Amino acid sequence: MKYNDKVIDHYENPKNVGSLDKNSPNVGTGMVGAPECGDVMKLQLEIDEKTNVIKDAKFKTFGCGSAIASSSLATEWVKGKTIDEALAIRNTEIVEELSLPPVKIHCSVLAEEAIKAAVSDYMSKRKNPSKE
Amino acid sequence: MKLPIYLDYHSTTPVDPEVLRTMVPYFTEIFGNAASRNHEYGWTAEAAVEKAREQVARLIGASAKEIVFTSGATESDNLALLGAAEMYAEKGNHIITTPIEHKAILDTCAYLEKKGLSVTYLPVDSTGRVSPEAVRNAITPKTILVSVMAANNEVGTINPIAEIGKVCKEKGVLFHSDAVQAIGKVPVDVESMGIDLLSVSAHKMYGPKGVGALYVRRKNPRVRLSPVIHGGGHERGMRSGTLNVPGIVGFGKAAEIAGREMEREGVRLKALRDRLWDGIREALDEVYANGHPTERLPGNLNVSFAYVEGESLMLGMKELSVSSGSACTSASLEPSYVLRKMGVGDDLAHTSIRFGLGRFTTEEEIDYAIGKVISTVKKLRDLSPLYEMVKEGIDLKSVSWSAH
Repeated sequence: MKYNDKVIDHYENPKNVGSLDKNSPNVGTGMVGAPECGDVMKLQLEIDEKTNVIKDAKFKTFGCGSAIASSSLATEWVKGKTIDEALAIRNTEIVEELSLPPVKIHCSVLAEEAIKAAVSDYMSKRKNPSKE
Repeated sequence: MKLPIYLDYHSTTPVDPEVLRTMVPYFTEIFGNAASRNHEYGWTAEAAVEKAREQVARLIGASAKEIVFTSGATESDNLALLGAAEMYAEKGNHIITTPIEHKAILDTCAYLEKKGLSVTYLPVDSTGRVSPEAVRNAITPKTILVSVMAANNEVGTINPIAEIGKVCKEKGVLFHSDAVQAIGKVPVDVESMGIDLLSVSAHKMYGPKGVGALYVRRKNPRVRLSPVIHGGGHERGMRSGTLNVPGIVGFGKAAEIAGREMEREGVRLKALRDRLWDGIREALDEVYANGHPTERLPGNLNVSFAYVEGESLMLGMKELSVSSGSACTSASLEPSYVLRKMGVGDDLAHTSIRFGLGRFTTEEEIDYAIGKVISTVKKLRDLSPLYEMVKEGIDLKSVSWSAH
């Protein structure tokens, strides 16, 4: 499949690759997808508990070029945003930004789900701090 | 060294310069219709076609009269299956094949099933081989044809064709083999292997695209086929249409070269293939070769690079033209059906890459490829949450994934 330059750029120079301490109370981890489906995204957000602003974001992705690009883009977009702003990101915006073809739309869906999963993990940590 | 490096010889091959030189006059000066029986132009074209028929026949141990030229192996497969199904409809309505055949067989079988025939798909083992005993057990009084590929296009596994041919002879059932990948790479002999119908293609063996052949046995037994393409009665009535003379001439030359070079080329390719595999597995953990350890085409290497998705791997090594069993490289969203039927899990199927080496592959190219594969896999594993989890000691099978 021929990719457009934006996907290639994110693939070749992915932004925010890595891991945050998943045991930290300020870090929410979202892991979506499955190895059998050919893509797994892990997205982590470090959140300022007072302002609800996402201070840092990291990802690791097993998947095709579009999946890697979608997650790289998602980390770029969420940084500096509040939780609510991050949750408002729609997969269609990712599709548009990366000009993903129809067969790759699921990559953008996965990225949106990863943001939501990471936020939800953070929220559940806030509710049950005893787990720490 | 020219980039990108072509390592997709199972897909197609370049025309050998010697083949091209042989073909060229047949586009211009010697342009006659091989069916024009009444003048010099026709006779010359016909003589060239008959020479090519001889050359192709010799490569597979057949006689020239048993070669039917077609537009390629897809047509040959269609003619073999559809032609036999119609011709032998009174004898029976059952065909036996395997689930890892090329789509030209599988889709034709699906079509025949819609028409009311019954098709048995024999299981293959984890190396991609069919057992002759399974063939024996599947044959019923209604079976008219067994179709088993000689070598698989994805994993390069070579089937026990001679043993299957023997079973078919004993049972009096016709035996067809799609030998597209095997021909010119490993010895194929229709007599000693008991083959009644054999599909071959020119462009997989350094001949031109758009030409192939179906071998149709003429005695013990004499195989008859209903035509699929109707018209002027060319090719003993089995395949009408003006013959592609330049293509056929090139096919003949390619067959001659393949016969001459096969042994030497096989040794050379196997050494290069082993060099590639050794280079990869010495540098990377969790890499798995798919297919059979020994019964495989010399130029084939199919590897699963665990925790790295195949398409992204291809994207990272654009300097190598390879192919992948990953779903992402097809529109179907399903990984390779061949690997699946061999019992390779979808997780590993998504990470598979097929390297196809051929006549013009050099050691320098292989060494470059090794380096590129290693650096790309390492880079993508640094990016892989799965590899990270495995390194942390997490059993991926124990994780409840959110499948989508």
